[in-house]
Amino acid sequence: MTPKNNEKMIGGVYSREKALELLDTMLLVRSFEENAEEMFAMGKVHGTMHLSIGQEGVAVGTASALRPGHDYLLNVHRGHGHFLAWGGDVNRMMAEFTGKETGYCRGRGGSMHIADVESNNLGAQGIVGGNMPISVGVGLSIKAHKTDQIALCIFGDGASNEGAFHESLNMASIWKLPVIYLCENNAYGMSMAIKKAINVEKISDRACAYGIPGVTVDGNDVVAVYKAIKAADEYTRSGKGPYLVEVETYRWKGHSKSDKQAYRTRDEVKEWMAKDPIPRFAKLIGLSEDEVEERRLLARETIKKAVAFAEASPEPDVKDILEGVYA
Amino acid sequence: MREITYVEALREAMRMAMEKDPSVFVIGEDIGIYGGAFGATAGLLDQFGPERIIDTPISEAGIAGACVGAALTGMRPIGEMQFSDFVVLAMEQLTLQGAKVRFMFGGKAKVPMVMRLAGGSGTGAAAQHSASLEAWFVHVPGLKVVMPSSPEEAKGLLLASIYDDNPVIFLEHKLLYKMKGPVPEEWYTTPLGKTKLVRAGKHLTVVATSIEVVRTQQAAEILAKEGIELEILDPRTLRPLDMEPIIQSVIKTGKLLIVHEAVKMGGFGGEVAAQIAESKAFDYLDAPIRRLAGLDMPIPYNRNLEAHAVPQVDDIVAEARKLAQGVY
Repeated sequence: MTPKNNEKMIGGVYSREKALELLDTMLLVRSFEENAEEMFAMGKVHGTMHLSIGQEGVAVGTASALRPGHDYLLNVHRGHGHFLAWGGDVNRMMAEFTGKETGYCRGRGGSMHIADVESNNLGAQGIVGGNMPISVGVGLSIKAHKTDQIALCIFGDGASNEGAFHESLNMASIWKLPVIYLCENNAYGMSMAIKKAINVEKISDRACAYGIPGVTVDGNDVVAVYKAIKAADEYTRSGKGPYLVEVETYRWKGHSKSDKQAYRTRDEVKEWMAKDPIPRFAKLIGLSEDEVEERRLLARETIKKAVAFAEASPEPDVKDILEGVYA
Repeated sequence: MREITYVEALREAMRMAMEKDPSVFVIGEDIGIYGGAFGATAGLLDQFGPERIIDTPISEAGIAGACVGAALTGMRPIGEMQFSDFVVLAMEQLTLQGAKVRFMFGGKAKVPMVMRLAGGSGTGAAAQHSASLEAWFVHVPGLKVVMPSSPEEAKGLLLASIYDDNPVIFLEHKLLYKMKGPVPEEWYTTPLGKTKLVRAGKHLTVVATSIEVVRTQQAAEILAKEGIELEILDPRTLRPLDMEPIIQSVIKTGKLLIVHEAVKMGGFGGEVAAQIAESKAFDYLDAPIRRLAGLDMPIPYNRNLEAHAVPQVDDIVAEARKLAQGVY
């Protein structure tokens, strides 16, 4: 992906083919989640979910700068986008979302715990900041095995106020662990605005407390995310230690299924919807609106097929209910 | 057979596992140059270096999470909580992460880690450094809970725990660390989930854990002189719990006393009593099931008060005698 001639590369970093692939992934994530919301409204899905609509640029910008399948992913609860960008299979993901035996976790995990351990995807996380101490262990493990992997640990703005954030970044920094900490700042916890929850300008300002680099970039700009993660990757993979990347983005939807969103204004949401990462990246590639729509329809077809796969899949058998509690 | 102390037995288990297997490492507070608060890792830093005897900042959640993450990715970590009380700072990682991740991921992950905890009262360490928290963990599916009561078992159970593919909470007792006993020099494991018959007797079944096994053995010697024969069973692994030997013993003796140091309310003894009440042994009971446990209070500092807060040998003698004689 490193360009010899920047002029020909999209945003100076992606081949046209790669850029189109990333655009398609964003459209797939968007379609997956729009469909998820619809299924939920129709009562077809049980439980809860956390939609990342509006944040898709972070997922593809990040995954495209790393080595999914080789590197480790410690995902966040709002993680559908990251899962797909990391190479997840949409059929098995949909099956997990609908609680089927063919799902990644055999229907035992659901939206909040989708994982694919075989491809070093250590799953989404139901506890805010819960994956951060685990990332320390993954970092130690990579060092012990002397591989050239890194771990990507994703968390939200809210998690940066957990004690786990401090313990983990401190430990990772003193041992120079190969972990990239990606803070997906989407402006709110459930309702708490990050501006009210911290007394520093940027979450990345906290990196200085650990003597590690910290940067903040526009999360709705795929290329900016890519460049920030790439810089973090070069630093971290070369053994210099952890790196904190904060990306500023925005979730268009509520926190989870029943959020009246009294904590923000419609104007604010509209303002962010105008910064949609998808048309922004499409424009960079040079696609017309019609061309994007064609691709959007293809993504929706893929999602329809995934729904059909999930619907045709068996429910877990109750006789297997205790399986997996112990090894 | 050679005799070594409980803490030496633990150290020997860790050393043997680390010599054999590069995936085993130890992580905790002051376990390096200091050798651990109770000396369990003394000398291991020199032998294995700082990358395998990892001294940490005071970050219990970080230690537990480091174990979970390393275990998920091919290592066999041994974590140490300097005092078992401090594990409450790591409960999220142990109970919401380590214990559940395998199940949540559809049985496709494993977490082969051990968290060693130095627990129990009797050292004058007062209310925040003397707890017996095993019941907290017994309530968590996905964890295994181990409590060795002798040097031999300390080594065998620790080696078995290191090589178990599940997260194991390994509760040591601070007063047992200096206890000496015969310990085989070679590698061996004591299987998890097997209740041990510590002493055979016919008048009364006593189920005891950790240091209370030692105290119950002393009580049994005293009572034997009175003609009262205690049958002592040590579950050793509280989860999974091997009830069958306990059921068989109660069928034989008709009487059950349960002794543990942790407070009675919500304690592990209640589980044993309930399982006996639900079992075929119920019909054989000649007396109510009795529990002798810690008083319903934090551990006090004063030496005399501290001793009175948990069952001592005299308490066991008195309670067992009453039960054996049908006085209750």
